[in-house]
Amino acid sequence: MNTSRRENSKTMTKDEIKKLQDQALRVREHIIRMSGNGGCFIGASLSCADLTVYLYNKFLNTTKDNLQDPNRDYLFLSKGHDVPALYGTFVELGWMEKDRLKNHLKTNDNIYWHPNRNIPGIEFHSGSLGHLLSVSLGVAIDCKLQKQTNKVVTIVGDGELNEGSNWEALLVASAHKVDNLCIVVDRNAFQANMPTEDLIPLEPLEKKFEAFGCSVKRINGHDFEEMENAFSSFPFDKNNVSVIIADTIRGKGLPSIEKRADRWFVNFKDEEVEALLKELHGVAKAELTSETLTVR
Amino acid sequence: MNYEDLLHQLATNDQRYIIITAENRAAIRTLPSKIENQFLDTGITEQTMVGVAAGMALRDRIPIVHALATFLTMRAFEFIRTDVGIGNLPVKIVGAVPGFLSDANGPTHQAIEDISLMRGIPNMKIFCPADEDDMLKGLPKVFTDESPFYIRYNNQKPLVEHEDFKIGKAEIFGDGKDIAILTYGFLFNQAYQAKELLEDKGYNVRLINLRTPKPIDEDAVLNAANDCKLLVTLEDHFITGGLFSILSELLLKNKQTADVFPIALMDKWFKPALLNDVLEYEGFTAKQIADKIEIRIKS
Repeated sequence: MNTSRRENSKTMTKDEIKKLQDQALRVREHIIRMSGNGGCFIGASLSCADLTVYLYNKFLNTTKDNLQDPNRDYLFLSKGHDVPALYGTFVELGWMEKDRLKNHLKTNDNIYWHPNRNIPGIEFHSGSLGHLLSVSLGVAIDCKLQKQTNKVVTIVGDGELNEGSNWEALLVASAHKVDNLCIVVDRNAFQANMPTEDLIPLEPLEKKFEAFGCSVKRINGHDFEEMENAFSSFPFDKNNVSVIIADTIRGKGLPSIEKRADRWFVNFKDEEVEALLKELHGVAKAELTSETLTVR
Repeated sequence: MNYEDLLHQLATNDQRYIIITAENRAAIRTLPSKIENQFLDTGITEQTMVGVAAGMALRDRIPIVHALATFLTMRAFEFIRTDVGIGNLPVKIVGAVPGFLSDANGPTHQAIEDISLMRGIPNMKIFCPADEDDMLKGLPKVFTDESPFYIRYNNQKPLVEHEDFKIGKAEIFGDGKDIAILTYGFLFNQAYQAKELLEDKGYNVRLINLRTPKPIDEDAVLNAANDCKLLVTLEDHFITGGLFSILSELLLKNKQTADVFPIALMDKWFKPALLNDVLEYEGFTAKQIADKIEIRIKS
């Protein structure tokens, strides 16, 4: 696998990879800081942080200055509750003041648990699962109708794939040969309360997408080289929707909450937040006493 | 000029228009060949169609979506509310065979809670044309309005030539002070004839065609409440959430009261049959309406 990957790949230098890793680490710091004082959906935010960092740095043509340009690339965050990863990424890109994250959940700003268009860079609001595949499909079809070459990326959650509207939208996307659409599945293997495979099993997921007419690649969603290899060959096939199933770890970066069903939504105490920041940097494992929460 | 001609003309003159359907082509059958690049059929997918329309509106298109009113407003309700409504996007939602117009299809196809559902969405406006003439006069303004709009499609033959259309402005026939009949959409023709029957019996009748139930023409309604002995709300809609509710809310808001006689579907689906038979069976012909009103005003 490594051999064929290298043959096809557009490689990144070690420095480039290190730069992305460092930025992703800082994004995780921002996410962890949003996990107190009301809290956030930390597990899914940490699982997709490497993806958002990669996409905005390497794949999308979007910049702070072209956010209204109809020729920009689009990123839609369909599951929505992973939006702290996006805010953290925006801070690192210089699109958002770092201090603004202190307004998380405050009425003086619009930084809440789900994305909304009051924040520059957010293309559309989400929160109700199974919506943005069809909304982004509309954007992608329109780009093609206008003979523009924009790329449209939609990050969906794996649990979100329970919603039938995703599969309906896929039928339509395939019928219209929407090859400018790239669906990224943040495959952290959990839905709100339990592993996906214990509730509504999704595997074999590649085959499901392929049966709907998509071209699929499966990668490690925390490995920037694998991301580069997959995304640099987009679109995988002319006339097909491209799907990247990114295997990720819920809570990635914090061993004390990784892959834990009960750490989906969290509201940590200040000292826990500080301990988790240390844990992120490998200093010491945090001791967590806050109640585990299930919002749903 | 019919609906299809109008869309053809508008789309040809303005590239922002995109005509979308969830495989409901009855009113737009010849458009695909005429405006290929401004036409999209998503198949039997009301939810996806509305989501797609929202995405296109994000790119400054004016999407006009088509499906049967019942599936559009209910199967896709959350997409309308969440994507179009929260986004405040100028998607134009055209519901086919609303109200009694689903005639013999049965309750699955009866959109008789659509006004109730759509008017509860912030930013959403509603246009219920009385007939084809009313529809063709209204649509150019509805389509260029910046709000999302729900349209109860109605191409029945007109009994009258309608005046110019303005969003939020009712069309008023007569200045009678005995009875005011308030209605919207398909039942306008029955109401118009009921007015004549009542006038033949010596009543002074005012007929108010509430072209846009939202935004409602408050002045027209409140003036009628002030002037007339009896207000009649006439609608092919459940009693809950439609015109009777709109009127009740408006009167309360203005600390006004009135003698109101609602004629609507009282918490039940209507008998499926051919259209004229539906009207007869359910008591919504002009004569039946006039008779009911006369009995009520005499009581």
